[in-house]
Amino acid sequence: MSTPYTKLPAWADYGLIPLINLLVAFAGAGLVVLLVGENPFRAAAILVEGAFGSGTGIAYTLYYATNFIFTGLAVAVAFHCGLFNIGGEGQAYIAGLGVGVVCLAFDHILPWWLTFPLAILGAAISGALWALIPAYLQAKRGSHIVITTIMFNFIAASTMVYLLVGPLKPRGAMAPQTRQLVEGGQLPKLGWLLSDFGLTVRPSAPLNLSFLLALAMAFVVWLVVWRTRLGYEIRTMGHSSKAARYAGISETRIIIITMLISGALAGMMALNPIMGDQHNVSLDFVSGAGFVGIAVALMGRSHPAGIVPAAILFGMLYQGGAELAFEMPNISRDMIVIIQGLVILFAGALEHMFRPTVQAVFASFSPKSVGIAPPRAEGA
Amino acid sequence: MAEAAIELVGINKSFGTVRANRDINLVIERGSILGIVGENGAGKSTLMSILYGFYQADSGEIKVGGKAVAIKTPNDAIAHGIGMVHQHFMLVENFTVIENVILGAEHEALLKSSIAKARSELERLEREYGLEVDPDAVIEELPVGLQQRVEILKALYRGAEILILDEPTGVLTPAEADHLFRILRQLKEQGKTIVLITHKLREIMAITDTVSVMRQGTVVATRETAKTTVEELAELMVGRRVLLRVEKGEARPGAVKLSVRNLTVRDSRGVTMVSDVSFDVRGGEIVGIAGVAGNGQSELIEAVSGIRRAVSGSVMLDGAAIEVTGHADPGELRDRGLAHVPEDRHHVGLVLAFEENENSILGYHDKQQYLNGPFLKIDAVRDDARRKIEKFDIRPPDCRLRTANFSGGNQQKIVLARELEQDPGVLIVGQPTRGVDVGAIEFIHKQLIAMRDRGKAVLLISVELDEIRSLSDRILVMFDGRVVGERGPDATEGELGLLMAGVESQEAAE
Ligand SMILES: Nc1ncnc2c1ncn2[C@@H]1O[C@H](COP(=O)(O)OP(=O)(O)OP(=O)(O)O)[C@@H](O)[C@H]1O
Ligand SMILES: [Mg+2]
Repeated sequence: MSTPYTKLPAWADYGLIPLINLLVAFAGAGLVVLLVGENPFRAAAILVEGAFGSGTGIAYTLYYATNFIFTGLAVAVAFHCGLFNIGGEGQAYIAGLGVGVVCLAFDHILPWWLTFPLAILGAAISGALWALIPAYLQAKRGSHIVITTIMFNFIAASTMVYLLVGPLKPRGAMAPQTRQLVEGGQLPKLGWLLSDFGLTVRPSAPLNLSFLLALAMAFVVWLVVWRTRLGYEIRTMGHSSKAARYAGISETRIIIITMLISGALAGMMALNPIMGDQHNVSLDFVSGAGFVGIAVALMGRSHPAGIVPAAILFGMLYQGGAELAFEMPNISRDMIVIIQGLVILFAGALEHMFRPTVQAVFASFSPKSVGIAPPRAEGA
Repeated sequence: MAEAAIELVGINKSFGTVRANRDINLVIERGSILGIVGENGAGKSTLMSILYGFYQADSGEIKVGGKAVAIKTPNDAIAHGIGMVHQHFMLVENFTVIENVILGAEHEALLKSSIAKARSELERLEREYGLEVDPDAVIEELPVGLQQRVEILKALYRGAEILILDEPTGVLTPAEADHLFRILRQLKEQGKTIVLITHKLREIMAITDTVSVMRQGTVVATRETAKTTVEELAELMVGRRVLLRVEKGEARPGAVKLSVRNLTVRDSRGVTMVSDVSFDVRGGEIVGIAGVAGNGQSELIEAVSGIRRAVSGSVMLDGAAIEVTGHADPGELRDRGLAHVPEDRHHVGLVLAFEENENSILGYHDKQQYLNGPFLKIDAVRDDARRKIEKFDIRPPDCRLRTANFSGGNQQKIVLARELEQDPGVLIVGQPTRGVDVGAIEFIHKQLIAMRDRGKAVLLISVELDEIRSLSDRILVMFDGRVVGERGPDATEGELGLLMAGVESQEAAE
């Protein structure tokens, strides 16, 4: 217990520490690149160039970021209630069913701007329902939500495999996926937005309208958590269940509502690939976005203003990483996963590793600048 | 003159714009007991936290045994023989007593052998100082009074030479406090040095050798205890004359507002804490429940206020039942005019991580005046908080400050302001003045009496016998979960003390 009570100024808290974490993660990644005999600086250049160097690159980066904003917000909302929703992956996967059913039913009859709101509902409802059972089990039976949501990820995966190789697959088709959606189930691309800035974007670049939906959801989450009665109750519960009980807040009710919101947000992630890019529901379309959401929420401190940049960072790693694997033959896709893992490790899981050092440095330079949280026991 | 154990020279510490300590010079003599008194937020805890290495002073010097030392962490402090018992306990709630005691001081690689060693050492300490606690009890299941003992044991176990106690008696009964003081005197005889922060001037007079008075971050006076009086100290603290006695007129009890019948309550381990308790509280009277901590008072008020389920019995509020044995909803009870100031402000009454204004609506956050549809009216909430800050003189007057950053007494005022300002018909209040300075105690007592005089029913729980005696119109004494006697406000301390120790119930049995 050296200086765990030091409180840093905001710029250090939200700027410096994430930056240090990132630099260390990249240094680690650089070492890995060095080990396989490539030049880490060139690799870094390719990565950044691939992610931000062209209009198309940016469009891909933001496309991936869209996924991570949704799943990051989902994890963050649950965090505020003291819940660890690891089930974003499964919730998004099952939401693919909701989106798919809506689109398959309406893409021939309705224009996209009518299908879209229905699909949003389909995604949110199916994601929320998938979170409901773990939520109920936690609230009523005390079954730990970490365990149940993990199990529900597996159940979701098996269910979707069954559906995609069976009932949802068009007769006679080979691939385990639904039929292609027609225009009424396709979202407009947003490449033109970037073209307006003078960038050239390939028309196939997947950035689409769901990106704006993700940003809107980031705002809505902020609004709900910090400006509504419900958010107040969620945060009270997250800080102290005893205080919540005292305040007349029903634990069961709040846990269930929070998880429904969390599941709905994770579910909306399904809109982005299904309606925005590939125009079908395919096997494993979530591809880990649910888990990346955990790192994004951690890195973004569960605040939408932190989650959006963190999601873009991970979008960059995905897009730049793909370029890197293409350009440098020694660096395989798996290497990219290692690099992403390092970032998750340092920026997410080990978020507090450098904090004590930074605090000590601050304290010794200017004890005054460091307002210190008092040695008071806090409700967990 | 004895040599100085500790010397503080020119200590300064600011938090943002709040100057918590300014130019503090203080000498603590070896083998003496120094008392520190001062208003809430005067900077007492801050000063001691600097000494204990939680904070670093902006400027100034700490000398231990005449040598300037750098105390950057609590570990440094412990290495210099400084131990601290905090105002707010710092125990791991789901660890056992013995695990908490050895935490951070495990001598062996294997926990098992550390524990075995600690056990015998603990037994010695417990025997020597009479600090009995079951070493295998889990902290969260111990009443606050016993948790306090564990804190003291922790410091002693680490071989502290200089012991800092920040409001140690806030949770103790007078008898327990006397016990503690016997221990402190014993420690002093063995040459240990003690710093005692307290708001109870009686304790200062009883045990300290010298006393320093702090006000707004500075030490305004230091007196030899033998040569000062309670009145002088109070005046030095607050800067004006303080009424140390409670002034109140005759009670005019009206209709029964709260009626408790055959209430039985068990704690989380299933031990019966309240058995078959019945009483009434009428409008226009204050009923005080006296008792040694852990005799069921806490569970009683928790059950009545709907946050703990009772096993059997019934409670009527204004003639209508409260579902104490079922799903009583504290929120609904608030709507029916029952307010509750919980004993444990840190885990129950407040969310420490919240801004002050957010806590000022805790439990009332669903009131129409704070809401606009599903949205909170932030401006209304903050204006409301500012008004309460003003009325209750909460310092610093900043409704955006994190609640954890308020001093202990000011946190208490945040809770009281919230509950009293609702003007409830029935007020259940646990330890209303715990950790509150003399000036504020005067204010709070006046508020409670004003409520009574407006015809409200007040149920008061306090381990402070003086407080019970001076506020209550009727006193119920609880011992071992039962109400063992009822007395008028003129009951003597000795009489109540005997009841609280369960003496009369034994006599009755004979
Ligand atoms: N971490 C912090 N950040 C901001 N302000 C703080 C912090 N800790 C203390 N303060 C402020 O410093 C002042 C002194 O606080 P301190 O806790 O030392 O008072 P105290 O004399 O112990 O009061 P009490 O008798 O109520 O315990 C108060 O105004 C308090 O609000
Ligand atoms: Mg204090």
